[in-house]
Amino acid sequence: MRELEYPFDSELIQASRRKLKKTLLSDGRERIAKKIAVLGGSTTHDIIAAMELFLLDQGILPEFYESEYAQFYQDAMFGNPELDGFGPDIIFIHTSFRNINVGLPQMSDTKERVDELIDSQFRYFEAVWDKLREKFNCPIIQNNFEMPFYRFLGNMDASDYRGRINFVTRLNQKFYDYAQSHKDFYINDINYLSASYGLEKWSDPFYWYMYKYCLCVSAIPEFAFNVSNIIKSIFGKNKKALVLDLDNTLWSGVVGDDGVQGIDVGQETSVGQGFYEFQSYLKSFKQLGILLNVASKNDHENAIAGLNHPSGVLRPDDFTIIKANWDAKSENIKKIAAELSLLPESLVFVDDNPAEREIVRAYVPGVAVPEVSKVEEYIRNIDRGGYFEMTTFSADDASRVEMYRQNIMRAQLEESFTDYNEYLLSLEMHADIKDFEPIYLPRITQLTNKSNQFNLTTKRFTESEMEATLADPDCVRLYGRLVDKFGDNGIVSVVIGRQKGDVLHMELWLMSCRVLKRDMEQAMLDELVRISKERGIAEIRGYYYPTAKNKMVEKLYETFGFALVSSDEQGNTVWSLKTEGYEPQNKVIKVN
Amino acid sequence: MKGDIKMADMKEIYGRLNEVFQDVFDDDSIVVRPETTAKDIDDWDSLEHIRLIAAVEREFGMRFKMGEVSTMKNVGEMAGIVAARMTR
Repeated sequence: MRELEYPFDSELIQASRRKLKKTLLSDGRERIAKKIAVLGGSTTHDIIAAMELFLLDQGILPEFYESEYAQFYQDAMFGNPELDGFGPDIIFIHTSFRNINVGLPQMSDTKERVDELIDSQFRYFEAVWDKLREKFNCPIIQNNFEMPFYRFLGNMDASDYRGRINFVTRLNQKFYDYAQSHKDFYINDINYLSASYGLEKWSDPFYWYMYKYCLCVSAIPEFAFNVSNIIKSIFGKNKKALVLDLDNTLWSGVVGDDGVQGIDVGQETSVGQGFYEFQSYLKSFKQLGILLNVASKNDHENAIAGLNHPSGVLRPDDFTIIKANWDAKSENIKKIAAELSLLPESLVFVDDNPAEREIVRAYVPGVAVPEVSKVEEYIRNIDRGGYFEMTTFSADDASRVEMYRQNIMRAQLEESFTDYNEYLLSLEMHADIKDFEPIYLPRITQLTNKSNQFNLTTKRFTESEMEATLADPDCVRLYGRLVDKFGDNGIVSVVIGRQKGDVLHMELWLMSCRVLKRDMEQAMLDELVRISKERGIAEIRGYYYPTAKNKMVEKLYETFGFALVSSDEQGNTVWSLKTEGYEPQNKVIKVN
Repeated sequence: MKGDIKMADMKEIYGRLNEVFQDVFDDDSIVVRPETTAKDIDDWDSLEHIRLIAAVEREFGMRFKMGEVSTMKNVGEMAGIVAARMTR
């Protein structure tokens, strides 16, 4: 909803909250329901009201628990039946400089005394977090502290150990250390936000004296937006890719009219510097696994020439998909989404042309379209939009851009073959199919717990259960890692069987959809049969348990050549394969 | 200029106040009069009062003083303060 996208009109949001909420709730959109406990150290009412709007807009249907006024410590430490019964999916602790309660440094204090104060204030909060983690085992969002709004020691307040700015800065650092060393703990950075908003306005004490708000009422929408961005990121509602216009978005000028020499990006002019910095900003998104794409009305050659501008930062191979043609941008964006296997709502479209933005908003619902009209606003409006709010960063994120690039190249190669088998051979695939190794256990466990579609039993394992499996002599375990000429797909398949006498019962058979139709499952079966024979296993029993998502493997054992043993009303099936006389099925992947 | 408010100005202030009330309480049927109090409007509790005050301040480009926010007895008093302090 436009009213709730950055940059928004905070006062309008507050004045027409009810109307906006009604509109959002009647838009027919599907949302995930989440329970959010807000434990306050000051008034939280309007904060929750504004969070509700932003979360609804971000695809989350929130239900709130609100602690009684300033009862965050009591709720956490001594329990509260209402909170316990609520069972939060996430907890937000709304505290501020007003909640520092162990005392502030005095001029007579020694350095050691101030260290103790900081420690004890930290432990006060740490006890709250530890208690909540233990009880609810859910993500926690904690405000850091905004800077005090007056400086008792003037400028020295920042550098002297007795200064309160110094005190708050050090306390904040301890919060960050905790965040770095604990999973599912997130800082809502109100220190940044209040500075960005203007600390003087933010801390207007009128609102504290009047209503016990620790920030001014008109800053509440920005505050609420900041927290809701963390929440939507945790619940997987981040955007995943950028789709960029070229002319006057990545450089000044029109490359088709002005030629490469005529467009401006680089250090020579002030305008060029603006576009240079914007290109640098975009390029850094690749590190986060955010895909860069182009939708531009241009001849393809001109687009590529512009992207090869000697003073530019971005290069054609920084992009996953480049659509430079004369079709409607809305159509190009739909195609980009389809080729990336992403929903349009995972995309952010950046274009300086307001008419193009309107068309895309109208014809590709769900795409985020930030307002960008002057180059000096581009970075701020995209950054503050919170589209890519980071809450975790995994190895998968780091390699995602590369993985998508490889997939696109595979798809292009596939198109050039009429015979699918020829295509598979041309991929020059080789696989490691081996017993589990301890260093791969985290990845094996992660894959096991997130695979839904190509998963015969959908059995989940904790990391310690996986360790027990590794130590069990009756278990036959295989992981499969697939490499082809475009790159390493990593560990993509996991198989676990339990031997009883001369029968092997399959407890787990799964594969990442990343490598569907590559004959990797046949390679896994070949290896399983080979090892089974070595262990004197005469028969392999396969089990298929249907779920809402794994229909694609309903007939897997049948295609493998297993015979149906039994089936029940729920659709569970049991299959059997004799190892004697088995003929290897994989002809395209070199194994081990 | 206190005490020099013409009736026409007050009429305009009530018109604009009425729109603010309708927006904040999302109720187009609201008609505010000088004697209107919180009891007359559903949802006008102490929490909504904060939002109402902020919206009125925005509409008229003025600020209420701390004491006033909690002591205004009815819309008439509010309109009086607005009339004395409005900048737009």
